[in-house]
Amino acid sequence: MNQRPQDVPVIAVDGASKSFGAVRALDGVGFAVRPGECVGLVGHNGAGKSTLVGIINGGLKPDAGAISLDGLDATGHYSIGEARSHGVRCVFQELSLCPNLTVTENTRITHASLKGFGWRRRAEALIRAKLDEIFPGHGIDCRTAISTLTIAERQMVEIATAFSETDSKVKLVILDEPTSSLDASLAGQLLAYVRRFVSGGGAVVLISHILGEILSTADRVVVMKDGKVVGERAAKEFSIEGLVAAMGSVVRARDANRPARDVSGLAPVLEQRAHTRAEAIDFVAYPGEIIGLAGLGGHGQTRTLVSLFMGQGGDWIPRHDSKVAFVAGDRHVDGNLPLWSILKNMTITLLPDLTRAGLVDDRQEGAIGKSWRDRIEIRTENLGNPILSLSGGNQQKVLFARALATRAPVVLMDDPMRGVDIGTKQEVYHMLRVEADKGRTFVWYSTEMDEVCQCDRVYVFREGRIVAELRGQEVTEERVLAASFAEKAA
Amino acid sequence: MKWLTAERLRLLVPALSLVVLLAAVFYLQPRTMSYTGLNLLFNLAVPIALATIAQMLIMTVNDLDLSMGTFVSFVACVTATFLQTDPLTGALILVGCIAVYAGLGVIIHLRNLPSIVVTLGMSFVWSGLAVLLLPAPGGVAPDWIRWLMTSKPPLVPMAIVASVLIAVIAHFLVMRSAFGVVIRGVGGNERSVARAGWSVVRARAATYALAGFFAVLSGICLVGLTTSADANIALRYTLLSIAGVILGGGEFVGGRVSPIGAVIGALTLTLAASFLSFLKIPPDWQIGAQGAILIIVLALRLILNRRESVEKAK
Amino acid sequence: MNLVVRLLAKPWIWAFVAAFGVWLATILFTGGASTLGLSQAALTFAAFSIIVGLGQMFVITLGPGNVDLSIPATMTLAGTVALKVMDTNNDLIVAGIAATLAIGIAIGIANYGLIKLLRIPPIIATLSSSFIVQSTAIWYNRGIRIKPPAYLAEFSTASTLGIPNVAIVALVISIVAWVLLEKGIYGRWVSAIGQNMRAARLAGVPVDGVRFATYVFCAVLAALCGFLLSCFSGGAALNMGAEYLLTSIAVVIIGGTAVAGGFANVPGIWGASLFLFLVVSMLNTYGASAGVRLLLTGLIIIAVIIAASRKQTV
Repeated sequence: MNQRPQDVPVIAVDGASKSFGAVRALDGVGFAVRPGECVGLVGHNGAGKSTLVGIINGGLKPDAGAISLDGLDATGHYSIGEARSHGVRCVFQELSLCPNLTVTENTRITHASLKGFGWRRRAEALIRAKLDEIFPGHGIDCRTAISTLTIAERQMVEIATAFSETDSKVKLVILDEPTSSLDASLAGQLLAYVRRFVSGGGAVVLISHILGEILSTADRVVVMKDGKVVGERAAKEFSIEGLVAAMGSVVRARDANRPARDVSGLAPVLEQRAHTRAEAIDFVAYPGEIIGLAGLGGHGQTRTLVSLFMGQGGDWIPRHDSKVAFVAGDRHVDGNLPLWSILKNMTITLLPDLTRAGLVDDRQEGAIGKSWRDRIEIRTENLGNPILSLSGGNQQKVLFARALATRAPVVLMDDPMRGVDIGTKQEVYHMLRVEADKGRTFVWYSTEMDEVCQCDRVYVFREGRIVAELRGQEVTEERVLAASFAEKAA
Repeated sequence: MKWLTAERLRLLVPALSLVVLLAAVFYLQPRTMSYTGLNLLFNLAVPIALATIAQMLIMTVNDLDLSMGTFVSFVACVTATFLQTDPLTGALILVGCIAVYAGLGVIIHLRNLPSIVVTLGMSFVWSGLAVLLLPAPGGVAPDWIRWLMTSKPPLVPMAIVASVLIAVIAHFLVMRSAFGVVIRGVGGNERSVARAGWSVVRARAATYALAGFFAVLSGICLVGLTTSADANIALRYTLLSIAGVILGGGEFVGGRVSPIGAVIGALTLTLAASFLSFLKIPPDWQIGAQGAILIIVLALRLILNRRESVEKAK
Repeated sequence: MNLVVRLLAKPWIWAFVAAFGVWLATILFTGGASTLGLSQAALTFAAFSIIVGLGQMFVITLGPGNVDLSIPATMTLAGTVALKVMDTNNDLIVAGIAATLAIGIAIGIANYGLIKLLRIPPIIATLSSSFIVQSTAIWYNRGIRIKPPAYLAEFSTASTLGIPNVAIVALVISIVAWVLLEKGIYGRWVSAIGQNMRAARLAGVPVDGVRFATYVFCAVLAALCGFLLSCFSGGAALNMGAEYLLTSIAVVIIGGTAVAGGFANVPGIWGASLFLFLVVSMLNTYGASAGVRLLLTGLIIIAVIIAASRKQTV
């Protein structure tokens, strides 16, 4: 073993697998980062990027596979604490700073060694030097609270905090969409710093939906799809078109694109004007359509669905003829009422229809529950069992029944197939098509490409607005991917 | 306008309302503009300020203490009995109380219990213990605290000196020290503090213990002023302390607190009572006027917060 | 056997078991002499905590942070105003009841108005409004004690078929509350909001409307309880609601309603109210002091919450 030090990976995972319930998020992935290189990591939703990042930063334990740090085996005892002490840092998309504390004080939270007399001065010097180094002329006052900073400034502080070092050296920084809220010049400063950091012997993993950034900054690009690494080459061997093609299906599974639906002469059932100043497309829905909302996760799809729902009112007075029903995707946050039975969870939206003089008609409720259980095959003996006794897929079916049982002409779906097994998915797809043919409209946010490709019409979201509208034959994986990723920062 | 940060703005409302109130009191009763007058106006503010700081600490970690009033009453009873007759036992009891507070913090955190309900239960416990100790009003304040609370420093009355001292110490502990950063961090984003490797249980236990310590000081000072104690002596402190924190610009969640503001809030509440009586507002309406003041301040704050968020959006 | 198993699974059963145990212990101590008297007293005094407890139960079920602290002030104001309106005149009883209901509705509207408009937590909103309500009561009362109309005084202290009339009123209200909770759409909505407000809203529950109705309902029940209590005790007193602040919350929690919201039950309120009264009277017969009674009440509340939290985590 006479490897040069720069050949020993800072961190290496080998054969890493991870499943969440029925979903295999990561399937035997090998990944290594060596000192002095920047690795670009790209892939569409559900490709396994976040799971891989979680394993590298110690937040997730892989079901199988080995992890080594600087060539030493760390399988089994690797954790967030160990990752930190080893110099592995991570900048997440979500805010991980304390909004009520100042920039300096947040530095103190990340660096426990900043204590005792004069800690404030030392912390401020540390973070200011790092901010000056990465973003010259940033203009951030380190004594102001995070909550008073703009989103771009917060992102800059977050990045500078990750690169700042006190007692342990920073060896590897994972940047997950670091430029998402930075303008072009700040993004340029960051990427230039990444190059300097890397040439100084540091290592960086860069995740971005802006492919131009990846190609210009990374030394090597790893492409993921369906929990596997499907391509790994030096960045200069890739082009933007090549990357998009690599992220898509290697084999086209099926090409069931339907012809564009003729909606001329129909009145829209739901409309929403684009609010942003930047160029964006208005949202319109016609009866009987299945409309897909596509794009990378977190680019404004859920927000749009919720605002479509809330826009219909019903805060104070229940609406008997509600136009919209909502199917939650994040079951624990938006969907399940965890203390209740399956039946009560299923009928809550329909309840006003089952009520006479304020009292719920138990018998009618039970009958409707049974008929929907049989129609969508919820696997339970007794609808009185708690909702949480069901598997994730069956809980999701209950949430579908909640919306479909109503008379609402429009059903909004917030990526409802997350963590659902393939059998259930097929059943639901069929049901949607049947309902749509009867004239119901579905607005379907999905992070899975084969679902998006089943839609009559697709709106692609990027950075909080609709950037493309695809109809009928235009709904292809290539077109959706091309619209989801930008060539360069806006 | 750059110096007018959100934090300073937050402190500005309570400070201004105190100044306005004080000016009004001076106008109504020019005699209060003297050493003795000021001392009389603010005398009772010292224990209230200490209890407000204690409540503020609990609120820093997003909890609420509904037993503050009964706890301060209990401490007052201990001070007027054991601490006077048998200082060692008295001191041990009070240290035990602080340990109980730390334990409450641990239980509330580990079991994920609502602090409101746990402290509600504790309020029965403290008040039961206080009644056992002093079934009827009585007891005698230890001489040293009596001496301390009635001492007359040159130029500035004791009440003012003590309030400033409390504000400065609490400000240092909560806003300036490395420890204060961690507990405010727990209030602001518990997950990221835990992710950075801190023990949130320990932080919460320490916060509760510190709150218990300030509440103990509050009870001792109160007896120093009143010379004797009874089991219901400080029941109002629960509500006063919460109101004081809110008046001083603190918030219920998010770790946004201001010790200086809290002391100002306590002073304002004390002064408001005098002001209302000088205004010849009938005593019937005094409690109601306090409620109205609370609502007005909250409304003012809402307007300020709106402005803040509008500015951020720009 | 099956029935026993099913009964033991009910969340309210323990409150009744405990109440019965305490009842038996007291009866045995006095050699059975006081059986009838004790039972009647228990039903009478429990009735008042049941009525306010039911309102508080619906509020607490709305989820974390929801609690009504204005109950005591509402009781006082309603009792005071109603007695003055009726002015010992049997003919004006209907007017008195109308005044009671109007006060409840007005306070409920004010409470939710503050919560919604000022966006402040319910605890501080109901607290500030309670100050104003209490002041209004003091101002309106002016220290004059008006007796209730003879018919009402008779009604509230008498029994029908051995059961105190106030207990019958409480029973009727409980049945209404039970129907609303278990059979009505309102109960479903309250429970849905308490489990997950966002999920409830996205499932089409009119969240604002339901929360508003709940705060009004709670205030109306408090007003009604104040009305009955002042008739029962021969006149309104300014501090007559004070003990019901903590009691109303305690009976809800001991009765097996989820502290974190989303699950409520009516029978438990009865068990808990009887239990709390019987503990006090048992300790009285054993000659325990007021301090011991309070201490035990507090320890029981804390023990119940900790036990309940264990159930949730398993």
